[in-house]
Order: sequence, then structure tokens, then C-alpha cells
Amino acid sequence: MNAIPKGKAGLWAAAAAALVILPLAWGSPYPMHIMITILIWSFAYTSWSMMGRFGLVSLGHGGFMGVGAYVTALAWNNLGLSPWLGIPLGLLCAALLALVVAWPCFRFRITGHYFALVTLALSGIVLQVIVATRGLTGGSLGYTPDRVPGGSSIIAFQFTDKSTWYLIALAVWAMGLVIWYAVQHSMMRYALEAISEDEDAAAAAGVNVTAEKLKITVISAMMTALSGALYCQYQMFVSPDSVSGIAISLQMVFAVVVGGIYVALGPTIGAVITILLGEGLRIGFGPAAVGWDNLIYGLLLVIFIIFLPQGILGSIMSVWRRNTARAAA
Amino acid sequence: MGFFDIFLVEALVNGLLLGGVLALLALGLNLIFGVIDVAWICYAELVMFGMYAMYYFVIVFGLSYWVAAPMAIALIGVMGVLLHVLVIAPLLGTAPINQLLATGGVLFFLQSLATVAFGIDFRNLGIRLPTLEVAEVFVSYARLLAFGAALTGMLALWLFLTRTYTGTAIRAIAQDREIMALMGVDTRRVYVITSAVGGALAGLASCLLVLQYDVHPFVGLSFGPITFMICVMGGLGNMIGGFIAAFIFAEIISIGGLYLDLEWGYVFAFVFFIAMMFVRPEGLLARRS
Repeated sequence: MNAIPKGKAGLWAAAAAALVILPLAWGSPYPMHIMITILIWSFAYTSWSMMGRFGLVSLGHGGFMGVGAYVTALAWNNLGLSPWLGIPLGLLCAALLALVVAWPCFRFRITGHYFALVTLALSGIVLQVIVATRGLTGGSLGYTPDRVPGGSSIIAFQFTDKSTWYLIALAVWAMGLVIWYAVQHSMMRYALEAISEDEDAAAAAGVNVTAEKLKITVISAMMTALSGALYCQYQMFVSPDSVSGIAISLQMVFAVVVGGIYVALGPTIGAVITILLGEGLRIGFGPAAVGWDNLIYGLLLVIFIIFLPQGILGSIMSVWRRNTARAAA
Repeated sequence: MGFFDIFLVEALVNGLLLGGVLALLALGLNLIFGVIDVAWICYAELVMFGMYAMYYFVIVFGLSYWVAAPMAIALIGVMGVLLHVLVIAPLLGTAPINQLLATGGVLFFLQSLATVAFGIDFRNLGIRLPTLEVAEVFVSYARLLAFGAALTGMLALWLFLTRTYTGTAIRAIAQDREIMALMGVDTRRVYVITSAVGGALAGLASCLLVLQYDVHPFVGLSFGPITFMICVMGGLGNMIGGFIAAFIFAEIISIGGLYLDLEWGYVFAFVFFIAMMFVRPEGLLARRS
């Protein structure tokens, strides 16, 4: 499983080259915007699934995303700190927040739906703090990073050109997948799988349960904060509802469950489906479509959890594996 | 502003009254959790539908409040049963987190259904209840009524659980799920009844909330998370713990809102919740082993 066969390597290289070149050659702004949005959200959903696939279901990731977005933008507007430093600062804040909440949770063995509810409070706190400090953050009206004259600047991490953003988003998305595979092929994965099966047994077998869970939580929180910062820099506008709170947290869960929680590209498939569905309804039905996208999301989430808990890609892959195993036997 | 002034007393009294409503909200959720071991994330959305039901019964169909209220309670009770039969029952054997997430899907569904069906306008009953003045302290009559009805609802539930056969079966299942099936109790029937009662409690809460707040599709988000935190802080399934937690929360929000903004009241309440989870992860009344 570890080494990719030669024939496949060629296929991967071709797919990667196509992903880089084709959209740039096409160059039409609207599809480009959709692709960038899909990539940024895919990365956010992948970040959530890093924890989610080990049974650590967090409803607080909306909070981490909000911290990443707002810390970066606030540092730029108020301190003049370039996002190249502001983003790491946001990531650091998210990591600290994750530690402060997660360490006692894991230490006191708060698991399962108790953990989900504690993290739910976290996303609520971040949302309310953003709204409450409206003098600084603009509250529920949202916040805009100050534009540089001319619109594009590497130092300000602001680009008017969509192709630049496409390449950035693509690189970050690919980095998310690399981290996913790195965890997949590490000892950490075995430790975390053992923990999700039975914490006591894992501890008895010599796994440091608290430390392993903390590591993956901090990784996941920092990745989510990065997605928030990227989203803010790309849109040049954030509001508490678009990057924090329980709705965003549930949206992450939904997309990952639909796409497939246990496979690398599952969250990406989830992002493609949810964003295309939302955009399709918006174009097809205009203002009359308000609410219908979430109506379908909600219904799909329930149906998927009941009938297809592995998600679309997960189910396809397990059927495919079963068939190839049968053919080989 | 002095520390012990009339505003503080007023905030304390209002906190107490808010606590009554929050306690009622937490009660239904706790009942479901204690008996079926499922957390209905979408509980506040059931309340939102109850508020819309009240709006349509009273304003659109012109019924009197006292006729509309029992109908709304029954309607949300039926919704509770539907939620259980359609979503929870197929998932009973699977990981608890699946049930939690499925009800999260129901939350999205109900919220959007309300947006599509009722639009995003704020609506209210247009009933303005007078304000009571007791020794310079202003108390909203609607809140007082809600407080009284919340206490009555809790008393009725307690009598139902302790004085009837079905109530005894419900309490027994809450204590040991596996054994009761062997003792000849039809657990599925008890689950359905519990869901109906839990839904009806949400319906009662909506009849009271609609007197104080406008209803819109996202109203559930403003008190859904806090209801959950109250239940968890009291110890999920522990009704007395939830009752006490509701009043602590309400006072924090009310007093925080007095000295700063209402949002800060919520922030303090959430921070307090997280802090309490570390001190008493099993709930307020749990003994540390």
C-alpha cells in the first residue's frame, strides 16, 4: 500500500498537471472563482476530517476558522503586520485555543458527544466575542482587510488576479492532502485508531492517549485557521456568520460525511457537491432558491448517515476494493 | 453605578425569570437524553416550529391564545414522534455520534424549511403584556407567566414520571436500557412516548417564548446552543442538575448583560461552561470518583 506503483505515478502526475494547467488555460473568471472556493473549503473540510475520522467529532472548528480569519485581518489593519506574519500568528492563536479547550477535555476523558458539545460552546464563544467586540471587528456587519493601492501586493497577500489565487488555493489544498497521507502512514494513525476503538486498551498497550489526541487536534485546528485566513484574504471580507459559529461547524461535518470521512479525497468530493449544488440552485432558481440548498443538505445529511455512513467516495471505493479483491482471488 | 442598586436587583429578578424558561427548554432535552441516550441537536428548531404554529393559529386563523397553545403543544409532540421514528430509530444501534450528526442534519432541514415556507421576516403575535412594577423593580409580565408555566410543566412531568405506570417504565429504562427489555417492557413504545413528551415540552416552551420574542427561521440558533450547555453542565439526563444549571446560566447572562453587552453575558456563560466542564465533567451534581 505504501509505495505507489509506477503506472499509477504517471497517472497522478498527469492529473496534477491537468489541475494546474487546464483552469489557467481556460481562464474564465466565474468558473475560476468556483474552483478557488471549492479548493479553500475542501482544505477546511480536510482539516476537520483529520480529527473526525478518528471519532473526535468537533463542532468547534467554526471557531478556529474565525480565529484564523480575524487575527490575520486585524493584525494587518491595526498593526500593519503583513499576513505572511499575521497568518502564522492566527495559526498560533488557534493552536493555543485548541490546547486550552482540548487538553482538559482529553485529560478528563470527555469523549463522544460530550466532546462535541464542549467544542460547540467553543464555536459559540468565538462567534459571540466577534459580535461583542464590534468596535474592533465590526461585529455582525463583517470586516474588510484594508486594500493596498493598486490592489495587488505580495507583502499584503492581496491579489486581484484570479489565476494567482487559484494556484495558491491549489497548493494549500495539495498540502492538506500531503498532511493527510503523512498521518495515514504514521504511527500516530495506528495509535489514534486504537484510541477510537478503546481508550483503556490503547493506554494499556502503551499509547499516550492524551498526547496523541492533542497532537491531531492542534494540527487540525491550525489547518482550519489557515483555511479561514485564506478565505478572508481571497474574499477581502469576513463576517462572523461566514467563518464562525455552529452553522459553519455543522457545514464542515455535513460535507465530510457526504463525501466520505475515511478517504483522503472524501472532503474534497463533499465540497464539490455542496458548492456546485448551492451554485446550481442559485443560478437555476435565483432568489427563489434561498433556503432550498440547506434544505437539501440537511435531508442528504440524514439520509447519508442512515444509509451510506461511509460517504459517496468511501462507498464507491469500498465496492471497488471488494470487486478487485474478488477478481484477484 | 453602585454595586447594589435597583438595576442589579432588576437584573437578578429577570435572570431568575429567564432561568425558568431555560430550565423548561433543558427539561425536554434532558428527558430525551436520559431515556433514549440521544442528543437532539435540533431541539431548538422544534421550538421554532412551535412558535410559527402559534403565530399561524393566533394571527392567521384567528384562534384565541388559549386554544392555540394546546394545539401547538400537540403538534410539536407529533413532530417529536416523527423525528424519533424517521431519524433516530434507524440509528439506535450505531455510534452515538451518528445520531447527534443526523439531528444536526434535521436542524439544517427544519431551518431551511422554515425559510422556504414562512420567509425570513420577523413575526410576532402582537400581544403586548403589561409590565409589573414591584418596589421600583420592573418585571415583564410575559416572563413571569413563562416562569410560572415552566414550573408547572416541570411539576407535571415529575408527577407523570413518578405517579404513572408509563412514567415508572420510562425511569426504569433510563437506569438500565438492556435489562428492561428482558423484564417485558416494550422499549420501542416507551421511546415513542418519551419523544412525544419531549416534543410536547418543546411545544410548551414555544408557547411561552412567542410572547417575548419575534419568531424567524434562525431564532433556534439564539437559544439552542445555550440549552445544550445547560444540559451538559447539569449532567446530560440529570433533570435536577439541568434545573440548577439553567438558573446559574440565566443569572450570568443577565448580570453580564447589565454591566457590559448582552453578547458579553453570553461569552461569560460559555466560558463558565467550559471551565465547569473541567471542574465537573460529569455534571454539577455528580460525585467525583
